[in-house]
Amino acid sequence: MPDRLYVSVSPHIHSGESVPRVMRTVFIALIPSGLAGVFIFGFPALKVMLISILSCLITECLIQKARRQKIAASDGSAALTGLLLAYNLSSNVPFWIPLAGGIFAIAIAKQAFGGLGANIFNPALAARAFLLASWPKHMTEFLRPFSADGITQATPLTVIKEGAVKGLSDLGISYWDLFLGRRGGCLGEVCIIALLLGALYLLWKGYIWYHAPAGFVLTVGGLSWIFAAQGFLKGDFLFSVLAGGLILGAFYMATDYVTTPITKRGQLVFGIGCGIIAFVIRRFGGYPEGVSYSILIMNALTPLIDRYLRPRKYGLSKSK
Amino acid sequence: MKRLLKEFTKGITIENPTFGLVLGLCPTLAVSTSVINAIGMGVAATFVLLGSNIIISSVRKLIPDQIRIPCFIVIIATFVTIVELLMKAYFPALNTALGIFVPLIVVNCIVLGRAEAFACKRPVVDSIFDALGMGVGFTLALCIIAAIREVLGAGKLLGFSLSKGFEPAAIMILAPGALLTMGLLIGLVNYWHIKQKTNKEIKRVGCNGCK
Repeated sequence: MPDRLYVSVSPHIHSGESVPRVMRTVFIALIPSGLAGVFIFGFPALKVMLISILSCLITECLIQKARRQKIAASDGSAALTGLLLAYNLSSNVPFWIPLAGGIFAIAIAKQAFGGLGANIFNPALAARAFLLASWPKHMTEFLRPFSADGITQATPLTVIKEGAVKGLSDLGISYWDLFLGRRGGCLGEVCIIALLLGALYLLWKGYIWYHAPAGFVLTVGGLSWIFAAQGFLKGDFLFSVLAGGLILGAFYMATDYVTTPITKRGQLVFGIGCGIIAFVIRRFGGYPEGVSYSILIMNALTPLIDRYLRPRKYGLSKSK
Repeated sequence: MKRLLKEFTKGITIENPTFGLVLGLCPTLAVSTSVINAIGMGVAATFVLLGSNIIISSVRKLIPDQIRIPCFIVIIATFVTIVELLMKAYFPALNTALGIFVPLIVVNCIVLGRAEAFACKRPVVDSIFDALGMGVGFTLALCIIAAIREVLGAGKLLGFSLSKGFEPAAIMILAPGALLTMGLLIGLVNYWHIKQKTNKEIKRVGCNGCK
């Protein structure tokens, strides 16, 4: 109907961006690491991913129905939460772990706070924290890569935490192994190169900024290098960056739109804060890995960061 | 009689100490790990509430207004000491399970709250019904939270194992489980209250309200 006069308020120019499109792009960016996970740990990894995604989608539908809202599970946000949750799990968990995790992520961490855009904490990480506190046995048992018979193996960070070995040379693996993902760990965190590929795609498309990931990675690496167990300035920068879930957390979870600061400066502060907390947990805390908790803690501080790093309004001077 | 009944039921429903007034959360969060503990705590708190409400209400005209809080605390502490000694003598296991939270009934906001808000202004009979209602409401709330947490967190109910194949979620008997359960239950109760209120409003105003 070309002759109809449309009257509307601004904005009139729209970039065509939408929630489903953002979610689809992040999903595509995550596919290489998923494939790598299936390649390294076999088909159980695929099963964990499918159960987790389905559990999130069904929970989202049910709760939106119960709240008499429009069912918007097809926007992909729930599926993305499910995929990220699966990436945070070991490939040999029993089937009900991703099921319970998906229900918790959507029902408690997302919908109880008001749904998409209103959640304080990253749903996938909140579910991981819930699962880790509930069933620590299943959450800390990792399969040895490329083994069909279910031999378990501790992650490099766990081995170092237990104090048996000091560094990479004693573990019998190389940086190259860590980079390609030949180590025990969560199914989506091990293959660094696949994660970086996806992250580069997101950076190139402009869906994420480098501020939070760069602050996060450099802070963890730098602090691990300076305050190492081996002595002052004797730490292993590269090992601390590659060995845990740092790359997955920094590029895909510390850049979540809902739960991290809006401004670039804020995201830098967010990343550095995450880095400090993750390092302190790794070095002095009870857990071998602290990336997920560090992001959750900084999620809680996000409103505060946004409040103090408010951008200057155009045309106004800096002083109040 | 109807008035007394109302004083009794308000503590269970609309002014429920846990879900309505959100008072006495320390013991609620700490001892609601099993139903047995919850019942023990609830009965102990009800006894203290009843005793303190009766005494405070009967001496309310003798207590000078300026020093009423210390007087209340002394009266409440007396009953807490009675409960503590009785529990130590007859239920030593329960006493160990509840630990510090039995003596801490002294500073429980529910008991002091009822003394300050109700017993020091109203006659003895009213205060008895108020204390009973509040006590039963507190016990019921504790039992509901504890039942959910015990089933999910330990796979048991009243100490009996429910199922062999089920691996309980340890978080539910830890502190976060208490906060999760209570938050969701308060949300549910508020939802009911709001719904009831709206229904009443619709009934009162009728269809003319929409004109």
